[in-house]
Amino acid sequence: MLIKLLRTYLRPYTRQVALVLGLTVIQAVANLYLPNLNADLINNGVVKGDIPYIWRTGEIMLGITLVLGVIAIVAVYWSSIASMGVGRDIRAAIFERVQNFSAREMNRLGTPSLITRNTNDVQQIQLVLQVALTILASAPIMAVGGVIMALREDVKLSALLILIVPLMAVILGVMLAKAVPLFRSMQVKIDRINQVLREQITGIRVIRAFVRTSYEQQRFETANADLTSTALRVNRIFVLAMPALMGIMNLSTVAVLWFGGQLVDSGQMPIGNLTAFLMYIMQILVAVMMAVAMVILIPRAEASATRIEEVMSTAPSIADPEQPLDPSSATGVVEFRGVSFGYPGGEHPVLNDLSFVLRPGETTAVIGGTGSGKTTLLNLVPRFFDVTTGEVLVDTVDVRRQALERLWGTIGLVPQRAYLFSGTVAENLRFGREDATDAELWHALEVAQARDFVADMPGQLDAPIDQGGTNVSGGQRQRLAIARALVKRPAVYLFDDCFSALDAGTDARLRAALELETRNATVVIVAQRVSTIMHADRIIVLDAGRIVGLGTHAELMSACASYREIVKSQLGEEAA
Amino acid sequence: MSIRPPMGGLAGRPMGGRGPVGGGWMGMGQPAQSSTNLGKTLRQLLGRLRPEWHLITFVVLLGSASVAFSVIGPKIIGNATNVIFDGIIGKNLPAGMTKAQAIALLRAHGQDQIAQMLSGMNVTPGKGIDFAQLGVILLLAALVYVLAAVLSWAQGYIMAGVAQRTVYGMRRDVEAKLARLPLKYFDSHPHGDILSRVTNDIDNVTTTLQQGLSQLLIAVLTVVGVLGMMFSISPLLAAISLITVPLSIGVTILVARRSQGQFAAQWRWTGTLNGHVEEMHTGHALVQVYGRRRKSLEEFVRQNQTLYEASFRAQFLSGIIQPALQFLANLNYVAIAVLGGYRVASGTMSLGDVQAFIQYSRQFTMPITQIASQMNLLQSGLASAERVFEFLAAEEEAPDRATGLELTAPSGRVTLEQVQFRYEPDKPLIADFNLEVRPGQTIAIVGPTGAGKTTIVNLLMRFYDIDSGRICLDSVDTHDLSRDQVRRVFGMVLQDTWLFAGTIRDNIAYGREGATDDDVVAAARAAYVDPFVRTLPDGYGTVLDEDASGLSSGQRQLLTIARAFLADPSILILDEATSSVDTRTEVLIQAAMARLRQGRTSFVIAHRLSTIRNADSIVVMDAGRIVEQGSHAELLVRHGFYYELYNSQFTEAFAAAS
Repeated sequence: MLIKLLRTYLRPYTRQVALVLGLTVIQAVANLYLPNLNADLINNGVVKGDIPYIWRTGEIMLGITLVLGVIAIVAVYWSSIASMGVGRDIRAAIFERVQNFSAREMNRLGTPSLITRNTNDVQQIQLVLQVALTILASAPIMAVGGVIMALREDVKLSALLILIVPLMAVILGVMLAKAVPLFRSMQVKIDRINQVLREQITGIRVIRAFVRTSYEQQRFETANADLTSTALRVNRIFVLAMPALMGIMNLSTVAVLWFGGQLVDSGQMPIGNLTAFLMYIMQILVAVMMAVAMVILIPRAEASATRIEEVMSTAPSIADPEQPLDPSSATGVVEFRGVSFGYPGGEHPVLNDLSFVLRPGETTAVIGGTGSGKTTLLNLVPRFFDVTTGEVLVDTVDVRRQALERLWGTIGLVPQRAYLFSGTVAENLRFGREDATDAELWHALEVAQARDFVADMPGQLDAPIDQGGTNVSGGQRQRLAIARALVKRPAVYLFDDCFSALDAGTDARLRAALELETRNATVVIVAQRVSTIMHADRIIVLDAGRIVGLGTHAELMSACASYREIVKSQLGEEAA
Repeated sequence: MSIRPPMGGLAGRPMGGRGPVGGGWMGMGQPAQSSTNLGKTLRQLLGRLRPEWHLITFVVLLGSASVAFSVIGPKIIGNATNVIFDGIIGKNLPAGMTKAQAIALLRAHGQDQIAQMLSGMNVTPGKGIDFAQLGVILLLAALVYVLAAVLSWAQGYIMAGVAQRTVYGMRRDVEAKLARLPLKYFDSHPHGDILSRVTNDIDNVTTTLQQGLSQLLIAVLTVVGVLGMMFSISPLLAAISLITVPLSIGVTILVARRSQGQFAAQWRWTGTLNGHVEEMHTGHALVQVYGRRRKSLEEFVRQNQTLYEASFRAQFLSGIIQPALQFLANLNYVAIAVLGGYRVASGTMSLGDVQAFIQYSRQFTMPITQIASQMNLLQSGLASAERVFEFLAAEEEAPDRATGLELTAPSGRVTLEQVQFRYEPDKPLIADFNLEVRPGQTIAIVGPTGAGKTTIVNLLMRFYDIDSGRICLDSVDTHDLSRDQVRRVFGMVLQDTWLFAGTIRDNIAYGREGATDDDVVAAARAAYVDPFVRTLPDGYGTVLDEDASGLSSGQRQLLTIARAFLADPSILILDEATSSVDTRTEVLIQAAMARLRQGRTSFVIAHRLSTIRNADSIVVMDAGRIVEQGSHAELLVRHGFYYELYNSQFTEAFAAAS
C-alpha cells in the first residue's frame, strides 16, 4: 500500500526525487572516498614523512568536505519539497474525496477516523518519505560501496564481513521480531488505559453516585500494571540493541587489527589501508544499523498508507448521473412513489412502501418513534441515501436523475443536531446564499425568534461563533440554524426535530412566524413533541417504517390509534 | 560520513500519536514551551525518582564505568596500531642495529624526516610485528569493549525498570487524584484538557524519563570522558577539536531558533487545518446541501498550502543542522588528520595516537548533537510534567468528617433547612431554601431549559457542598455522614446516560457491588431491558463500545434504569426528559420509572404534566435559582412564574387536544 501510494503521489516530484537520489549517490561516493584519501595520507605522507603531500591531501579532503556539506543542504532542500509536497497533495486528495462522500461512507468511516487519516496518517507517510530520501537511500549505497571499497583494500580481510554482517542482521532481526508484536500490544494497552481514564472523567457523576470509585481504581490498576509490564519488556529489549551493536562493531575493529596486522607483517597490505579498512567496516555496519532503524518506521507507515488508501479507494455511493435532467421549474413539489429503503445488510427495511405528495404552501409533519424512519425519510429528499425501491421526485424529476448541486440548491435543511460553523453570525447565516443583505439576515433572525439574542451579542451580526456553535445555548443554536435555512430561501424546507431545545412559548411563536415566511415553500417537520406538529396541514404517523396514519390532528385523533397513544403519553390521559 | 542516528525520529515518541498533533515528528519539532517553571518542575520530577535513588546511584555508577571503558577502547586500539606500525618500520631496517644507529643511518642518507619520526617510535630494527604484544593488547581491548557493552546494557536494563515504575506511580497518583477532586473541578475545566493531562502529557513524560534522562546522562559522561582522553593524548589537537564545540552549539542554536519558530507554525497550522477538516466533516451534510463544497475545498487548499510552506521551512531548516555539524566534524577530522600526520612525521606523536584521536573526535561530536536534540525532548517533557504536577496540586475535596455516624435503613425522609448555595462567590443562587420531604413523596423540579435543575441534584448527592444550612436524611445532617454513605441512599437516572466499554451485564451490575447474574436479570426485567437484550446475539454478554453506539438512546436510558433498580436506593433522582427517544420506548421508560418510584422518595426533573400535577411539592427554577415552591394548586393560585410556565407549556396543547 505504501509503495502504491508513493508511486501515485511521488510522480509529480520525479525530478526532485531523481535529483536527491543523484546527490545522495555523490554524497555516498565522496564519503567512501574520504577514508581512501586518509589511507593515502598515511601511506604516502606519514609513513614516508612527506609533509607537503600531507598538506596537499588535506586540502583535497577539505574541499570534498565542503562540497559534501553543500550537496547535503541542497539534497535536504529538494527532499523537503518532495516529502512535504507529497503530504500536502495526499491531504488535499483525501479531503476532496471525502467531500463527495455520501452519508453512507461518512457513517462507515466516521468523522474522527477521517480526521486522523488526513493528519496523523499523512504525517507518518511524510516522515517515512523524508527519512527515506535523506537516509534510507544512502544506506544501501554506503553499505554496498563500503563492501566494494573494503574488497579493493583487501579481499582476505573482507572475509570478516561475511561473519559480522549476518551476525548483526540476526541479532537485529531477532530483536525486531520480539519487539514489534510487543510494541503493538503496548499501543493497545495505552489505548485501553486512556479509555478507562476518559470514562472516569466523563462518568464522574455516575461513578460517585453509585459509590464505585474503588471499583474504578481497580479497573485502572489492572490496566496500569498490564501496560507497565509490557512497556518494561519492550524497553528491556530495546536497551539491548545499542550495546549489542556497539559491541559487535568494536570487536570487529579488534579482529581487523589482529588479522590485518598479520597481512601487514607479511607485506600483503600497506598499513594505511588497515586504517581505511577499519573506517569502511564502520561505515558498512553503521549503514546496516541505520537501514534497520529506518525499517522500524515502515510498518507504521504501511498501516497509515492502508488507512489512507481505504479512503481513496472508496467510491461515493451517490454521485451525479451521467446525463442529468434539469427540472423545468423549482416549485418544491416532493413526491414519494412506493418508496422502500433498507440499509445494506439490514434485515428489515427502514422504510416500507411510502407514497405521498408534498406541495408548496403545505406543512407536513412526520411523527413516530425512534427507528420508525423519520430522519431516514427526510434524508431521502436531498439524496443522502438512495431508495432501495420506488422513487423520490423533487420538482417531478427523480432525484437520482438530477445533478446533486441542483437538487441541493432547492433544499433548506435544518438537521437534528444544530451545527454552526466557526466564524461570525453573519457568515453562518450566509452559508447558503452569500449575497444576502444584512436586512435579509435580520429578517430571517426575526422569523427564527433569534433577533433579540443576536442583537444582544457583542458585535451583533459580526459576533463570533465557535466551532459547532458551542458558545451559544442549544436553543439559540437551533434558532440560528433555522435562520440559516431561511436566508437560503429554498423551495423545500426540511426541519429535522429542530425545535426540541426551545421552550414551548418560543416554539409556538417561531412556528407562527414560519408559517408566513414559508407560504410558497414545501415544509416538512419531524418532531417528537405533539404540540409542535399538531397544527400542520398534514401529519404522517410512521411506525416501523410504515405509514400508519395520514391526516390532520383532528382526523388522526379519531382514526389513528398510534397517534392517540403518542398524544396520550405526552399530554396525559385527559388530552386523549 | 553523513550517517548518524536520526535525532528525533526515533528518539521521539514511539508510542505517541493520540492527540491530533501528538507524536514527535522530529525531536526539534515539539512546540516551543515556556520555561518559566522548568526548574521547579525538574525538581518535582527528580523528587518522583527519590524512592529509586539507590538504583539510580547504581545506574550512574554503571553508566560511568561503561563510558569509561568505551572511552579507553580507542586508546588501546591506538596502541595496537602503534605495535603494528613499529613492526613494519622495524622490519624494513637492517637487523642487529639499535634504534639510535638506525636513526643515524637514516640521517646519513639524508632522510631526516623518517629519522625524526623514528625517534618517537618504539622500534627494534629488523624485528617485525610483535604478535605476542599485539595479542595481549587486542585481548585487553576486546575485554574492555565487552565490559563496556555489558555495563551499558545493565545500565539501560535497570533504568528501564526505574522509569517504568516511576511512570506507573505517576499514573496511579493521577488516577487517584481524579477520585479526590471535587465535581467543581470537572465542571470548570474542559474535559478535553483534563484528559490530555492524564493521557498525552503522561505519555510524554514517560518518553522523557525512558530515553531522555538516561541518554543525556550517557552523553554528558561521554563528552567529559572523551575530552579527558583527547587532552591526555595531545593537548594541541584537543584544543583544536574543542573549537568545534562552541561552533557546533552556535550553529545548532542559530538554526534551531529559526526552525523552532517554523515548527511552532507547523503545529499551529496543523491544528487549524485539523479544525477545518473536523468542522467540514462534522457538518458534511450541511456543506453539501448548502452548496459549500467548492468554498470549503478552497479554504482547505489555502490552509494546506500555508501548512506546507511552514513544514517545508521547518524541515529544511532543521535539516541544515545535520550537514552543518557534519561539515564542522569533517573539518575537524581533516585538521586532525593533517596536523596529526605532520606530527607523526615529525616524530612528536605516534600513528596510533592519531588514529585514536580521530576516533575520539568522532565520538565527541555525536553526543553533542545528541544533547542538543535531547534538550528539546527534555524541555517538551518537562512542559508536560508541569501540567501533570499542576493537576496533582489542584485543590481536593474536603475530607469526610470522621463522626463515625452510620445511617442504617434510611427511610427516605429528606429535610432541607435554610440551605444557601452559590457556584461563584458573587452570584447567589439558592438562599434560605426549606423543604420537608416525607418518605415516599415525590418532588417535581420544573423550569425552562438551562434553569439549573441539576443544581438540586448536585446538592442532594453532595457533588457540591452547601454554603450554609443543613440537608438531613432521617434527621442526620449529611455533612456528618461520609459522602459514600450519602450517595448509597440515592439512586440516580439522568438523561446523560453513561455507559462504559464492557458487557451489558457489567454495565447493569455497576449499580451494586457484588451483584449476581440473577440480580442483573431481575433488574433488567423490572426495567423492561430484558426483552431487547435477549434479541442481541450475545445477550447480556454483548460488548458495548465506549459510546454504546449500538444502542438507541432510549435503550441506553433503560439500561441506566436497570442499574438503579439493582442499586435499590431509598431515594431516587430521576430526569424525565426524553427528547430523541421514540414513543414506544418512552412508554417503557415511563412505566419503568413509575415502577422504580414505588415506595421510594423521588426527586423528578419533570417534563410530564401528570408527574408535575401529582407531585407532593414542586420546586420551580429559573436562571439557576429557585423561584417558587409549593403544590400545583398553590402555585397556580399565586399567578407567578409557574403559572406562566404552566400556561405556555401545557395549556395550549391541552386545549387543542381536548
